[in-house]
Amino acid sequence: MDTVRQIRFIWKPLIFVASLIPFALVVGDLFQITGELGANPVEEIQDRFGNWGLRFILIALAVTPARLILGKQWLARFRRMLGLFAFFYILMHFATWLFLDQGLLLSAIVEDIVKRPFITIGFAALLILLALTATSTTGVRRRLGRRWQKLHNWVYVAAILGVWHYWWQVKLDASDPAIYAAVLAILLGYRIWRRKKSGKQTALPSTA
Amino acid sequence: MLIKKPADIRPSEITSRDNYLNRRKFMQAAALAGGTVIAGDVLPAIIPEERRAKLEGVVPSKFSTDETPNSYDDVTTYNNYYEFGVRKEDPYRNSQAFEPRPWSVEVTGNAEVTGSFGLEDFVKPHTLEERIYRLRCVEAWSMVIPWVGISLADVIRKFKPLSSAKYVVFETLLDRDRMPGQRSRSLRWPYVEGLTIAEATNPLPILAVGVYGEVLPNQNGAPLRLIVPWKYGFKSIKGIVRMHFTDQKPRTSWDLAAPHEYGFYANVNPKVAHPRWSQARERRIGADQGGGLQSLFAAKKQDTVLFNGYGEHVAHLYAGLDLKKNY
Repeated sequence: MDTVRQIRFIWKPLIFVASLIPFALVVGDLFQITGELGANPVEEIQDRFGNWGLRFILIALAVTPARLILGKQWLARFRRMLGLFAFFYILMHFATWLFLDQGLLLSAIVEDIVKRPFITIGFAALLILLALTATSTTGVRRRLGRRWQKLHNWVYVAAILGVWHYWWQVKLDASDPAIYAAVLAILLGYRIWRRKKSGKQTALPSTA
Repeated sequence: MLIKKPADIRPSEITSRDNYLNRRKFMQAAALAGGTVIAGDVLPAIIPEERRAKLEGVVPSKFSTDETPNSYDDVTTYNNYYEFGVRKEDPYRNSQAFEPRPWSVEVTGNAEVTGSFGLEDFVKPHTLEERIYRLRCVEAWSMVIPWVGISLADVIRKFKPLSSAKYVVFETLLDRDRMPGQRSRSLRWPYVEGLTIAEATNPLPILAVGVYGEVLPNQNGAPLRLIVPWKYGFKSIKGIVRMHFTDQKPRTSWDLAAPHEYGFYANVNPKVAHPRWSQARERRIGADQGGGLQSLFAAKKQDTVLFNGYGEHVAHLYAGLDLKKNY
């Protein structure tokens, strides 16, 4: 089997299934098969989805540096799926908040989004990811041409807002969000460094 | 101080949850019938050292709520006790090796009676009462917990505070070896909390030594902790080793950590939001027993009540005080 077929029929399905494990564990724990969710299940579910959303953003952002450092062009083929999983988990995080935490109480939801800055920036990050997801198909990408990359650079803003959102909501001990911030700083720092090094090059090499 | 070895308790002697609840009903009935429950001298220690040992001579209290208490698991596995770590499950996980003995409480400051008191001597003059109280955490969740403890007002009277004693300050044990969370600088150690003397001598606050009719587990603040049911949970300091009477308003631990977010009073108040989240509603832990989808939707939030519903007993303490400024 050539690399393209191997990626398509072996690696992509494997990564797809692996990416669903955190979700499956939430369901398994909810029904007390794989474990349990503890005394505050809604908070636990919300935290897990939020954490996995951030992790998938960082994993997706690590694809390009890994591809460039390792020189394995085919790594780019996983990027879209990983990005879509980031959106999936963030959406589940948001849905948990909307339906289970706020119980769809509209006044409380609007008040939180408007008055609590950490929720405002989290919501903004979600909207960015929604736009990127909606424009993630090959067809849209072809139609948008060069503008597509410009639009999808917004993922950097979403990642920063996401980590900030996490950092802002912890009560005191920021050691967990600090880890995400450090990884994000490395991933963004690498891009800045590479751009400076390549001088006149204005954008990262396209992965199409 | 003489430390007697307590008698061994066979597992068969430990009351099951059902019996415990039946016993509560019995005791309430006995109290109603005008009977007095007298502590027998069966056990040498009032606060036995054994984990989960039953406490004797506990009388019911008129201050108890009739709301259904949370499960023992909820009460003992979902805790904020940064001395044992910052995650909710950390206190349960990291406090099992902790030995809350020997233990003494130092009483200092503006009072006629001061000194160091062994735990037994500290508790002995007072009646063990069961107080089923609502607990509202500043993080917008709540529980109902059947504490066993002694009236703080009674304790304070024993020490005869001087008129210059305007505040009572409490301190948690400082021991980085036994309390691993103190190795991190999450808060300034030791944990400090305080009440005005009027708050402290209100009939509601207790010094708890037990929960669910048993000795207090380590993760809940063994062997001695404060319970102030109309204030956010962080006021109810755990593992107390010192009580200090002073004319100075103390800087408490959370006030020092984030003064614009946590004040000295910390009264439960749905109208005064935390800068980062609303305090208008709260999630009652345990509404979602048993797992499954329906449990998630059962965990609906409920409205938070001013002073956590204890306004009739405490509202007068704050007459004329701007609760928005004095949060």
